[in-house]
Amino acid sequence: MNFIEWIKQPWPWYVAGPLIGLTVPTLLIMGNKSFGISSSLRHVCAACFPSKIPFFQYDWKKELWNMFFVVGILLGGILTAAFLWNPEPIQVHANLANELSGYGITNYTGLVPVDVFNWPALFTLRGFIMMVAGGLLVGFGTRYAGGCTSGHAIMGISNLQMPSLIATCCFMAGGFIMANLVLPFILSL
Amino acid sequence: MSTNTTFVEAKTPNTDFEVRSLDTMCVNDTKRQEPWYSNIKYLVLGVIFGIVFTKAEVISWFRIQEMFRLQSFHMYGVIGSAIAVGMLSIFIIKRFNIKTIHGEKIEFHDKKFNKGQIYGGLIFGFGWAITGACPGPLFAQIGTGATVIIVTLISAIAGTWIYGKFRDKLPH
Repeated sequence: MNFIEWIKQPWPWYVAGPLIGLTVPTLLIMGNKSFGISSSLRHVCAACFPSKIPFFQYDWKKELWNMFFVVGILLGGILTAAFLWNPEPIQVHANLANELSGYGITNYTGLVPVDVFNWPALFTLRGFIMMVAGGLLVGFGTRYAGGCTSGHAIMGISNLQMPSLIATCCFMAGGFIMANLVLPFILSL
Repeated sequence: MSTNTTFVEAKTPNTDFEVRSLDTMCVNDTKRQEPWYSNIKYLVLGVIFGIVFTKAEVISWFRIQEMFRLQSFHMYGVIGSAIAVGMLSIFIIKRFNIKTIHGEKIEFHDKKFNKGQIYGGLIFGFGWAITGACPGPLFAQIGTGATVIIVTLISAIAGTWIYGKFRDKLPH
Protein backbone atom coordinates (compact mmCIF):
# COMPACT_ATOMS: atom_id res chain seq x y z
CA MET A 1 0.00 0.00 0.00
CA ASN A 2 1.48 3.36 -0.97
CA PHE A 3 1.44 6.50 1.15
CA ILE A 4 -1.56 8.14 -0.54
CA GLU A 5 -3.69 5.01 -0.18
CA TRP A 6 -2.59 4.70 3.44
CA ILE A 7 -3.47 8.31 4.32
CA LYS A 8 -6.86 8.05 2.56
CA GLN A 9 -8.09 5.56 5.16
CA PRO A 10 -10.11 7.02 8.05
CA TRP A 11 -7.74 8.40 10.68
CA PRO A 12 -7.95 6.84 14.15
CA TRP A 13 -8.91 8.88 17.21
CA TYR A 14 -5.40 8.78 18.69
CA VAL A 15 -4.08 10.62 15.62
CA ALA A 16 -6.92 13.13 15.20
CA GLY A 17 -7.56 13.95 18.88
CA PRO A 18 -4.00 15.07 19.73
CA LEU A 19 -3.80 17.07 16.46
CA ILE A 20 -7.05 18.87 17.34
CA GLY A 21 -5.70 19.44 20.88
CA LEU A 22 -2.54 21.03 19.46
CA THR A 23 -4.70 23.73 17.87
CA VAL A 24 -5.06 25.22 21.37
CA PRO A 25 -1.37 26.09 21.96
CA THR A 26 -0.83 26.89 18.27
CA LEU A 27 -3.49 29.64 18.32
CA LEU A 28 -2.23 30.97 21.65
CA ILE A 29 1.39 31.11 20.53
CA MET A 30 0.59 32.41 17.03
CA GLY A 31 -1.28 35.45 18.33
CA ASN A 32 -2.87 35.12 21.77
CA LYS A 33 -6.11 33.70 20.36
CA SER A 34 -8.40 31.44 22.38
CA PHE A 35 -9.67 28.44 20.43
CA GLY A 36 -13.37 28.59 19.61
CA ILE A 37 -15.52 28.28 16.52
CA SER A 38 -19.13 29.16 17.33
CA SER A 39 -18.19 32.81 17.85
CA SER A 40 -17.70 33.02 14.08
CA LEU A 41 -21.51 32.86 13.78
CA ARG A 42 -21.76 35.86 16.09
CA HIS A 43 -19.16 37.76 14.07
CA VAL A 44 -21.25 37.17 10.91
CA CYS A 45 -24.26 38.66 12.72
CA ALA A 46 -22.18 41.60 13.99
CA ALA A 47 -20.75 42.26 10.53
CA CYS A 48 -23.88 41.74 8.41
CA PHE A 49 -27.02 42.17 10.54
CA PRO A 50 -26.15 44.04 13.76
CA SER A 51 -29.64 45.69 13.73
CA LYS A 52 -28.66 47.91 16.70
CA ILE A 53 -28.73 44.83 18.98
CA PRO A 54 -26.23 45.52 21.81
CA PHE A 55 -24.96 41.91 21.69
CA PHE A 56 -23.69 42.56 18.16
CA GLN A 57 -22.18 46.00 18.81
CA TYR A 58 -18.47 45.30 19.10
CA ASP A 59 -15.39 45.59 16.96
CA TRP A 60 -15.82 42.43 14.90
CA LYS A 61 -12.91 43.41 12.65
CA LYS A 62 -10.63 42.60 15.58
CA GLU A 63 -11.94 39.01 15.48
CA LEU A 64 -11.43 38.63 11.73
CA TRP A 65 -8.86 35.88 12.37
CA ASN A 66 -11.76 33.65 13.43
CA MET A 67 -13.42 34.07 10.02
CA PHE A 68 -10.16 33.18 8.26
CA PHE A 69 -9.97 30.09 10.47
CA VAL A 70 -13.47 28.83 9.57
CA VAL A 71 -12.96 29.55 5.86
CA GLY A 72 -9.83 27.41 6.26
CA ILE A 73 -11.96 24.58 7.70
CA LEU A 74 -14.22 24.82 4.64
CA LEU A 75 -11.18 24.65 2.33
CA GLY A 76 -9.86 21.70 4.35
CA GLY A 77 -13.11 19.86 3.59
CA ILE A 78 -12.82 20.70 -0.13
CA LEU A 79 -9.17 19.57 -0.30
CA THR A 80 -9.93 16.31 1.51
CA ALA A 81 -12.83 15.57 -0.83
CA ALA A 82 -10.63 16.30 -3.85
CA PHE A 83 -7.39 14.55 -2.91
CA LEU A 84 -7.71 12.41 0.21
CA TRP A 85 -11.21 10.96 -0.11
CA ASN A 86 -11.76 7.43 1.13
CA PRO A 87 -13.66 5.67 -1.69
CA GLU A 88 -15.08 3.02 0.67
CA PRO A 89 -18.52 3.56 2.28
CA ILE A 90 -18.35 4.77 5.88
CA GLN A 91 -18.28 1.88 8.39
CA VAL A 92 -20.88 2.17 11.14
CA HIS A 93 -21.94 -0.04 14.04
CA ALA A 94 -24.25 -2.88 12.90
CA ASN A 95 -27.00 -1.84 15.35
CA LEU A 96 -26.98 1.70 14.00
CA ALA A 97 -27.09 0.53 10.36
CA ASN A 98 -29.97 -1.74 11.28
CA GLU A 99 -31.89 1.06 13.01
CA LEU A 100 -31.25 3.56 10.21
CA SER A 101 -32.40 1.18 7.48
CA GLY A 102 -35.81 1.30 9.18
CA TYR A 103 -35.91 5.04 8.41
CA GLY A 104 -34.84 4.54 4.79
CA ILE A 105 -31.21 5.54 5.42
CA THR A 106 -29.11 3.10 3.42
CA ASN A 107 -26.65 5.31 1.55
CA TYR A 108 -23.23 5.40 3.25
CA THR A 109 -21.23 7.09 0.48
CA GLY A 110 -21.06 10.50 2.21
CA LEU A 111 -20.06 11.52 5.73
CA VAL A 112 -23.52 13.08 5.91
CA PRO A 113 -26.40 10.72 5.02
CA VAL A 114 -27.63 11.88 1.61
CA ASP A 115 -30.95 10.13 2.26
CA VAL A 116 -31.74 12.78 4.88
CA PHE A 117 -29.65 15.81 3.93
CA ASN A 118 -30.39 16.78 0.33
CA TRP A 119 -31.99 19.79 -1.41
CA PRO A 120 -35.39 18.24 -2.27
CA ALA A 121 -35.69 16.93 1.32
CA LEU A 122 -35.67 20.55 2.56
CA PHE A 123 -39.31 20.74 1.48
CA THR A 124 -40.34 17.69 3.53
CA LEU A 125 -41.21 17.89 7.24
CA ARG A 126 -38.34 15.56 8.21
CA GLY A 127 -35.78 17.45 6.15
CA PHE A 128 -36.99 20.83 7.39
CA ILE A 129 -36.69 19.77 11.03
CA MET A 130 -33.29 18.12 10.51
CA MET A 131 -31.67 20.94 8.55
CA VAL A 132 -33.47 24.20 9.42
CA ALA A 133 -34.69 23.58 12.99
CA GLY A 134 -31.53 21.64 13.85
CA GLY A 135 -29.36 24.52 12.64
CA LEU A 136 -31.38 27.03 14.69
CA LEU A 137 -30.85 24.94 17.84
CA VAL A 138 -27.10 24.73 17.17
CA GLY A 139 -26.72 28.49 16.64
CA PHE A 140 -29.03 29.53 19.48
CA GLY A 141 -27.73 26.95 21.96
CA THR A 142 -24.01 27.53 21.41
CA ARG A 143 -24.35 31.28 21.90
CA TYR A 144 -26.64 30.88 24.93
CA ALA A 145 -24.11 28.47 26.43
CA GLY A 146 -21.26 30.83 25.49
CA GLY A 147 -19.42 28.32 23.31
CA CYS A 148 -19.46 24.97 21.56
CA THR A 149 -17.44 21.79 21.61
CA SER A 150 -14.23 23.65 20.74
CA GLY A 151 -14.65 26.70 23.00
CA HIS A 152 -16.07 24.93 26.05
CA ALA A 153 -15.20 21.21 25.82
CA ILE A 154 -11.66 21.59 24.45
CA MET A 155 -10.43 25.13 25.29
CA GLY A 156 -12.48 25.60 28.47
CA ILE A 157 -11.83 22.23 30.10
CA SER A 158 -8.15 22.40 29.07
CA ASN A 159 -8.00 25.65 31.04
CA LEU A 160 -9.72 23.92 34.00
CA GLN A 161 -12.89 26.03 33.83
CA MET A 162 -15.78 24.56 35.83
CA PRO A 163 -18.48 26.40 33.79
CA SER A 164 -17.09 24.73 30.65
CA LEU A 165 -17.29 21.31 32.27
CA ILE A 166 -20.91 22.00 33.22
CA ALA A 167 -21.68 23.19 29.67
CA THR A 168 -20.02 20.10 28.16
CA CYS A 169 -22.05 17.78 30.41
CA CYS A 170 -25.20 19.59 29.23
CA PHE A 171 -24.16 19.24 25.55
CA MET A 172 -23.82 15.50 26.10
CA ALA A 173 -27.06 15.23 28.10
CA GLY A 174 -28.97 17.10 25.39
CA GLY A 175 -27.45 14.89 22.71
CA PHE A 176 -28.31 11.66 24.53
CA ILE A 177 -31.91 12.78 25.08
CA MET A 178 -32.36 13.87 21.47
CA ALA A 179 -30.60 10.92 19.77
CA ASN A 180 -32.31 8.21 21.83
CA LEU A 181 -35.72 9.60 22.75
CA VAL A 182 -36.74 12.19 20.17
CA LEU A 183 -34.75 11.65 16.97
CA PRO A 184 -36.35 8.23 16.24
CA PHE A 185 -39.72 10.02 15.88
CA ILE A 186 -38.27 12.74 13.66
CA LEU A 187 -36.50 10.20 11.45
CA SER A 188 -39.66 8.15 10.97
CA LEU A 189 -41.64 11.19 9.72
CA MET B 1 -31.81 59.91 16.58
CA SER B 2 -29.30 61.62 18.85
CA THR B 3 -30.55 59.69 21.88
CA ASN B 4 -30.13 56.51 19.92
CA THR B 5 -26.52 57.32 19.06
CA THR B 6 -25.76 58.09 22.69
CA PHE B 7 -27.30 54.77 23.68
CA VAL B 8 -25.08 52.81 21.30
CA GLU B 9 -21.99 54.75 22.32
CA ALA B 10 -22.69 54.23 26.00
CA LYS B 11 -23.41 50.55 25.40
CA THR B 12 -20.33 49.72 23.34
CA PRO B 13 -17.70 49.49 26.10
CA ASN B 14 -20.17 47.59 28.24
CA THR B 15 -20.84 44.88 25.64
CA ASP B 16 -17.15 44.65 24.87
CA PHE B 17 -16.69 43.85 28.53
CA GLU B 18 -19.37 41.18 28.16
CA VAL B 19 -17.65 39.67 25.16
CA ARG B 20 -14.67 39.11 27.38
CA SER B 21 -16.30 38.16 30.67
CA LEU B 22 -19.42 36.16 29.87
CA ASP B 23 -18.37 34.98 26.52
CA THR B 24 -14.65 34.52 26.41
CA MET B 25 -14.73 32.19 23.46
CA CYS B 26 -12.22 32.71 20.72
CA VAL B 27 -11.30 36.17 21.86
CA ASN B 28 -8.33 37.93 20.48
CA ASP B 29 -5.98 39.15 23.17
CA THR B 30 -3.24 40.56 21.06
CA LYS B 31 -2.62 44.28 21.53
CA ARG B 32 -0.79 44.42 18.20
CA GLN B 33 -2.28 46.19 15.21
CA GLU B 34 -1.90 43.59 12.51
CA PRO B 35 -2.51 44.02 8.78
CA TRP B 36 -5.29 41.86 7.33
CA TYR B 37 -2.89 39.48 5.59
CA SER B 38 -1.42 38.41 8.93
CA ASN B 39 -4.67 36.43 9.22
CA ILE B 40 -3.53 34.12 6.42
CA LYS B 41 -1.77 31.96 9.01
CA TYR B 42 -5.12 31.27 10.67
CA LEU B 43 -6.52 30.26 7.28
CA VAL B 44 -3.67 27.75 6.87
CA LEU B 45 -4.24 26.42 10.39
CA GLY B 46 -7.96 26.14 9.59
CA VAL B 47 -7.17 24.11 6.45
CA ILE B 48 -5.09 21.62 8.48
CA PHE B 49 -7.81 21.49 11.13
CA GLY B 50 -10.47 20.91 8.45
CA ILE B 51 -8.49 18.04 6.91
CA VAL B 52 -8.06 16.38 10.33
CA PHE B 53 -11.79 16.85 11.06
CA THR B 54 -12.79 15.30 7.76
CA LYS B 55 -10.29 12.42 7.70
CA ALA B 56 -11.14 11.39 11.26
CA GLU B 57 -14.85 11.47 10.29
CA VAL B 58 -15.54 13.77 13.25
CA ILE B 59 -17.81 15.71 10.88
CA SER B 60 -19.87 12.61 10.12
CA TRP B 61 -23.51 12.49 11.20
CA PHE B 62 -23.07 8.72 11.60
CA ARG B 63 -20.17 9.07 14.07
CA ILE B 64 -22.22 11.51 16.18
CA GLN B 65 -25.15 9.07 16.24
CA GLU B 66 -22.79 6.27 17.36
CA MET B 67 -21.43 8.53 20.10
CA PHE B 68 -24.87 9.32 21.53
CA ARG B 69 -25.89 5.64 21.33
CA LEU B 70 -22.64 4.48 23.01
CA GLN B 71 -21.89 2.33 19.97
CA SER B 72 -18.37 3.59 19.34
CA PHE B 73 -15.44 4.91 21.34
CA HIS B 74 -14.16 6.98 18.42
CA MET B 75 -15.64 10.41 19.30
CA TYR B 76 -14.88 9.99 23.01
CA GLY B 77 -11.29 9.15 22.07
CA VAL B 78 -11.00 12.21 19.79
CA ILE B 79 -12.50 14.70 22.27
CA GLY B 80 -10.78 13.11 25.29
CA SER B 81 -7.30 13.07 23.77
CA ALA B 82 -7.79 16.60 22.37
CA ILE B 83 -8.60 17.81 25.91
CA ALA B 84 -5.61 15.92 27.36
CA VAL B 85 -3.21 17.51 24.85
CA GLY B 86 -4.84 20.95 25.29
CA MET B 87 -4.60 20.70 29.07
CA LEU B 88 -0.94 19.66 29.01
CA SER B 89 -0.15 22.48 26.54
CA ILE B 90 -1.82 25.15 28.69
CA PHE B 91 -0.04 23.78 31.77
CA ILE B 92 3.32 24.06 29.97
CA ILE B 93 2.52 27.58 28.68
CA LYS B 94 1.64 28.77 32.21
CA ARG B 95 4.44 26.91 33.97
CA PHE B 96 7.22 28.16 31.69
CA ASN B 97 5.56 31.51 30.95
CA ILE B 98 5.77 30.91 27.21
CA LYS B 99 5.19 34.04 25.10
CA THR B 100 3.58 34.44 21.68
CA ILE B 101 5.81 34.57 18.59
CA HIS B 102 5.64 38.37 18.95
CA GLY B 103 6.85 38.20 22.57
CA GLU B 104 3.47 39.03 24.16
CA LYS B 105 2.31 37.45 27.38
CA ILE B 106 -0.35 34.79 26.71
CA GLU B 107 -3.66 35.71 28.35
CA PHE B 108 -6.21 33.34 29.88
CA HIS B 109 -9.69 34.19 31.10
CA ASP B 110 -11.75 32.59 33.80
CA LYS B 111 -15.30 31.87 32.76
CA LYS B 112 -18.14 32.81 35.08
CA PHE B 113 -20.93 30.37 35.65
CA ASN B 114 -24.39 31.37 34.43
CA LYS B 115 -27.56 29.37 33.79
CA GLY B 116 -27.07 29.80 30.05
CA GLN B 117 -24.42 27.11 30.18
CA ILE B 118 -27.13 24.68 31.30
CA TYR B 119 -30.10 25.80 29.16
CA GLY B 120 -27.99 26.71 26.15
CA GLY B 121 -25.90 23.59 26.59
CA LEU B 122 -28.97 21.34 26.47
CA ILE B 123 -30.38 23.21 23.44
CA PHE B 124 -27.08 22.89 21.59
CA GLY B 125 -26.98 19.19 22.55
CA PHE B 126 -30.39 18.69 20.90
CA GLY B 127 -29.16 20.43 17.75
CA TRP B 128 -25.88 18.50 17.76
CA ALA B 129 -27.72 15.15 17.76
CA ILE B 130 -30.13 16.25 14.99
CA THR B 131 -27.66 17.86 12.58
CA GLY B 132 -24.73 15.65 13.58
CA ALA B 133 -22.57 18.74 13.62
CA CYS B 134 -21.25 21.44 15.88
CA PRO B 135 -20.41 24.77 14.23
CA GLY B 136 -16.91 23.73 13.03
CA PRO B 137 -17.99 20.56 11.22
CA LEU B 138 -20.77 22.49 9.43
CA PHE B 139 -18.09 24.33 7.44
CA ALA B 140 -16.18 21.11 6.68
CA GLN B 141 -19.36 19.25 5.66
CA ILE B 142 -20.15 21.95 3.10
CA GLY B 143 -16.57 21.62 1.85
CA THR B 144 -16.94 17.88 1.26
CA GLY B 145 -19.79 18.59 -1.15
CA ALA B 146 -22.86 18.39 1.10
CA THR B 147 -24.00 21.76 -0.27
CA VAL B 148 -27.42 21.65 1.40
CA ILE B 149 -25.66 22.11 4.76
CA ILE B 150 -25.32 25.78 3.69
CA VAL B 151 -28.99 25.99 4.76
CA THR B 152 -28.12 24.53 8.20
CA LEU B 153 -25.26 27.04 8.54
CA ILE B 154 -27.51 29.99 7.63
CA SER B 155 -30.03 28.63 10.10
CA ALA B 156 -27.35 28.47 12.80
CA ILE B 157 -26.40 32.09 12.08
CA ALA B 158 -30.11 32.96 12.40
CA GLY B 159 -30.23 31.08 15.72
CA THR B 160 -27.30 33.13 17.01
CA TRP B 161 -29.05 36.33 15.88
CA ILE B 162 -32.28 35.31 17.65
CA TYR B 163 -30.29 34.71 20.83
CA GLY B 164 -28.73 38.17 20.54
CA LYS B 165 -32.14 39.74 19.95
CA PHE B 166 -33.84 38.13 22.97
CA ARG B 167 -30.81 37.85 25.24
CA ASP B 168 -32.18 40.27 27.86
CA LYS B 169 -35.36 38.23 28.27
CA LEU B 170 -33.61 34.87 28.77
CA PRO B 171 -32.58 33.52 32.18
CA HIS B 172 -28.82 33.74 32.76
